[in-house]
Amino acid sequence: MRKLIVGLFIAILPALGLAAAPSVELDTMEPDHTNKASLQRGAALFTNYCMGCHSMEYARYKRVSEDLGIPQELYEENLIFTGAKIGELMKNAMNKDMAADWFGAPPPDLTLESRLRGEDWIYSYLRGFYKDDARPLGVNNVVFANVGMPHVMTDLQGLCAVKPQIGGRASVDPLSGDVRNADICPEWEIEGSMSSAEFDSAMYDLTNFMSYMGDPVKVERERLGMFALIFVAIFFVFAYLLNREYWKDVH
Amino acid sequence: MNKLVNWVDERLPIVEAWNKHLGKYYAPKNFNMWYFFGSLAMLVLVNQLITGIWLTMSYNPSGEGAFASIEYIMRDVEWGWLLRYLHSTGASAFFVVVYLHMFRGLMYGSYKKPRELIWIFGMLIYLVLMAEAFMGYLLPWGQMSYWGAQVIVNLFGAIPVIGDDLSLWIRGDYLISGITLNRFFALHVVALPIVLLGLVVLHILALHEVGSNNPDGIDIKKNKDENGIPKDGIPFHPYYTVHDLMGVGVFFFIFFIVVFFFPEMGGLFLEKPNFEPANPLKTPDHIAPVWYFTPFYAMLRAVTVDLFGLDAKFWGVVVMGGAIAILFVLPWLDKSPVRSMRYKGWMSKVALAIFAVSFVILGYLGIVPATEGRTTVAQILTTFYFLYFILMPFYTRMEKTKPVPERVTG
Repeated sequence: MRKLIVGLFIAILPALGLAAAPSVELDTMEPDHTNKASLQRGAALFTNYCMGCHSMEYARYKRVSEDLGIPQELYEENLIFTGAKIGELMKNAMNKDMAADWFGAPPPDLTLESRLRGEDWIYSYLRGFYKDDARPLGVNNVVFANVGMPHVMTDLQGLCAVKPQIGGRASVDPLSGDVRNADICPEWEIEGSMSSAEFDSAMYDLTNFMSYMGDPVKVERERLGMFALIFVAIFFVFAYLLNREYWKDVH
Repeated sequence: MNKLVNWVDERLPIVEAWNKHLGKYYAPKNFNMWYFFGSLAMLVLVNQLITGIWLTMSYNPSGEGAFASIEYIMRDVEWGWLLRYLHSTGASAFFVVVYLHMFRGLMYGSYKKPRELIWIFGMLIYLVLMAEAFMGYLLPWGQMSYWGAQVIVNLFGAIPVIGDDLSLWIRGDYLISGITLNRFFALHVVALPIVLLGLVVLHILALHEVGSNNPDGIDIKKNKDENGIPKDGIPFHPYYTVHDLMGVGVFFFIFFIVVFFFPEMGGLFLEKPNFEPANPLKTPDHIAPVWYFTPFYAMLRAVTVDLFGLDAKFWGVVVMGGAIAILFVLPWLDKSPVRSMRYKGWMSKVALAIFAVSFVILGYLGIVPATEGRTTVAQILTTFYFLYFILMPFYTRMEKTKPVPERVTG
């Protein structure tokens, strides 16, 4: 009998594991695709800190420059490092096979990362690095355990000596841009050039940019959606009146 | 204009066809809101065909290019995002209206004599629609496309003796690959739509031969006036054409809210893992089919015992197939003297309610990861699902029905 119970328990273990797996608490991040200043800052951060390894190969520079209101010449001079033309896709020069050797897996394309993981996840992940000597690159992440990526923004954020506290706390106010949560790291191994609040705000911008890249047509889509709904509502009124007119003689 | 009509009519009976199917097709005047979903299904079908044709113009059906071409449609093609969201939302909308349409049939006994063939054509439409949706879901070539297809095609592998060869034959490869994508594309855009359209024509021809049922389930042709027109019937056009226009308005309002504001529907219509390209070397944590398949997926997973030396997975496939197959014989299971739920006894009402609730909860259970408790619930609900059909010949005969009125009650 005891054998049976133990056997049953072992049989359901995988199910228990599956149920317990996705339980990292995240900070909330409300994207705002109409905040062009934030998106522009995010684009600058992404180009300078991320694009060396991560492409956005489904999007084109030109679309970004137009949507974000960055003049083309300015964009070409400051935000294209590969010598690509403005109409080209946002690829990078990293060789995927070599990258797999360096990091264990090639850095993924990030065009659709915000739709795959969600904004909360990205915002929390970007702020979730901490010192961990057990890892090959000396850093780990509370949101993505044992991630292969180095903490590329150590010069901005610094490096937290212990696990930073992510989740269940207020974050950047999308309306004013104010950062409402306090320092997430109690003890710094390396000091960064930004204060904790400044870094949170910068990561809000970066996440906002990635959110825009995942769904660049969102603002336009919702604007058109209102017109479509108004049209259908008016159409319904006429359909209703027509129907009433025809049916008034049916008993 | 009249001359032109006459000229054509002498060569092709267009006037006769118009009258038979619209102008002098007498439909019962007491249709309620459940009767919108047939014409709405036609509307969604047209939406799928038109948006589908335009999507095909920019889509690249190859393992290397499929995923990128979807993003090309979403970003670079003029109005491509709208075409794609209309098509992806339309797929889910199709199943919403078809499920409601089928539920209407169950409620008012629309499958009963003399409408057995209409029901069977309808079931075939449902079957082809499932194949169409399944193959269409592979085309974006995302992670869930890939692994969903992998899981479903592997189900055929559970069949004894021929299983492995059969799934190999379906895939055209040892795993889901560009070859599978190409053949699914061909079937999705050419073969199945042709079959679907043919079946829709048969469904409607059979309906117009015997006439529409109604919420009272009575035969309006029994009461005709001196001109041979049913007293409770009204010409489909203009009465139901203007009536359905209202339904179209309401439908589009809800449809557009999803298309323009919630195209992913919280991961239900477009699943999140599908924003990552297909990767044969990386299995997602949790594979779930799209919501319209999940009731049957839950039944598949609910079967956990090996029987007669055959794998539980095989019996799961049998249960899943049986759940769909049993719907085909429904017209011969219902022995009730009345058609409509309005005049059936309490047993039929309770049975239908349990059946509908079971189906919805099974749908939920098919979306979430299986746990032991959930599997037990799924097993109970699967039993309820089948009992609805298996016990039907008994409870429809046993129960006391109410008298059916001579004329429709409005």
